[in-house]
Amino acid sequence: MTSPLNISAIKRDFPIFDQEMRGGKRLVFLDSGATSQKPLQVMDAERNFYSTNNAAVHRGSYLLAERASEAFEGARARVAQFIGAQADEIVFTKSATESLNLLAASFERSSGTLAIKAGDEIVVSELEHHANLIPWQELAKRTGAVLKWFEMKQDGSLDLSRIDQIITSKCKVVAITHQSNVLGSVPDIAPIIEAAHSVGAVFVLDGCQSVPHQPVDVKELNVDFLVFSGHKALGPTGVGVLWGRHALLSQMEPFLYGGSMIETVTMTESTWAEAPKRFEAGVPNMAQAVGLAAALDYLDGVGLERIHEWERNLTKYALDGLHGIEGVKVVGPQGLENRGGVISFTIEGLHPHDIGQVMDQYGVAVRTGHHCAWPLIRKLGLTGTTRASFYLYNDISDVDIFLESVTGTRDYFRGR
Amino acid sequence: MELDSLYQEVILDHYKNPLHKGLPTGEIQVHHVNPNCGDEITLSLAIKDGKVTDLVWDGVGCSISQASASIMSDLVDGKSVEQAGVALHEFTELMSSKGTKSGNEDILEDAIALAGVSKFPARVKCALLSWMAFKDAAIQNGAEL
Repeated sequence: MTSPLNISAIKRDFPIFDQEMRGGKRLVFLDSGATSQKPLQVMDAERNFYSTNNAAVHRGSYLLAERASEAFEGARARVAQFIGAQADEIVFTKSATESLNLLAASFERSSGTLAIKAGDEIVVSELEHHANLIPWQELAKRTGAVLKWFEMKQDGSLDLSRIDQIITSKCKVVAITHQSNVLGSVPDIAPIIEAAHSVGAVFVLDGCQSVPHQPVDVKELNVDFLVFSGHKALGPTGVGVLWGRHALLSQMEPFLYGGSMIETVTMTESTWAEAPKRFEAGVPNMAQAVGLAAALDYLDGVGLERIHEWERNLTKYALDGLHGIEGVKVVGPQGLENRGGVISFTIEGLHPHDIGQVMDQYGVAVRTGHHCAWPLIRKLGLTGTTRASFYLYNDISDVDIFLESVTGTRDYFRGR
Repeated sequence: MELDSLYQEVILDHYKNPLHKGLPTGEIQVHHVNPNCGDEITLSLAIKDGKVTDLVWDGVGCSISQASASIMSDLVDGKSVEQAGVALHEFTELMSSKGTKSGNEDILEDAIALAGVSKFPARVKCALLSWMAFKDAAIQNGAEL
């Protein structure tokens, strides 16, 4: 299968691949769902920021401070452009997890339509990563609000048959993932967004698994908030994004308090800067934001449509291979329909931790366990799965080695 | 292969036929989990005349965690609290040795087969889960470890 991407050239941009794994094997990295590897262009952007532009943003009146502010605000504009938003709608956080915690904490403190109070309803789904579940669980506990959820079907889709009972006039927030980080399944969010809006609730989309892998436009999706992490999109660790409609961000109370996020301060009272600065207390992760902008340049340079298409090819090839290995079961969606480049599977009689250990001997890096989505794993009646996730630097030979390692793992324990 | 030092025959035997595995019936039951991978163990025991007895555990987990639970329970059940404490100490030391120790067979018996685990930092918690559950249960039953 020929790739529309020049993968050998792409691989050369990622120095992590220039080393040997256990047993002298080359690295077959299939854990981009957890974090992606970083191209030189991203490391160079961070290095360049520290080498030539480093100063605290939005403070000094000297040249470096101007450059730092320009670089940081340039990164904000770049992120906005990437998802079809305005720059003043982009809040930099340290992670997608922080973005979601920010929303939950802010809704609790806010007044008006976004305020959460006793008896209000918050809706999530059984597909959610812990990061899009626990902040809402805790918000419900603190406020007396009720947490409701869409159940997951065995194929990894959401059961929308009771949508009218789940999203009612009491609903204030609906927070759902764009793609399951465990199964790769893509829930049908359009009717949920419509139902949320019809009762005046806001819709929060967890884009951690989608934004790095396919074109995402917040206006087309018609969501109200979107979160994603930089490090899953070839960017550095330590930078996450919260996008929100400006009219909503403007009504929201801050999450963290301190420098940079204020308008005026006296010994007894303070008022807040306009969004997005209101949500960025302290000196932000400047070099990381700049690195993320370089990562988005890299992704756009390759082309998100082409990346997405290539991941689908790899996924199809891997699914076909796995379906042909006796003793192996693909968990969740069995085919390409409504799924992204993530595959969970089990091997009969083997625990995922043991599977991952043996696959490591082939240089194959996969994730094992509950993938920070324990309720989903319980729902499937499993203790965990083994997960392979693909990205633009993976090629067909990676999948061949992956399939060989799956068979080899099965036989390693069978033979003993 | 490096892997064979991890998955030794004796470990796979204990994994396939775990000892002392059943429904814990003791008054004090401890429940330990490894939140990284979701492995769980429930364990109960009694301390009679200074000896560990009636040790029963149930749980789910990888071969290392299940084999370790089996080996541990077979080792400490019937031993004096003091001997069990020595074994616990020796095993914890072995697990933190990063592959530099092979373990004292007189004290650890079958548990020295788990020495290879210490070379795989991600698996040390799997091996220690049941031992920590044992320690907790023994202390809750009044043992001084």
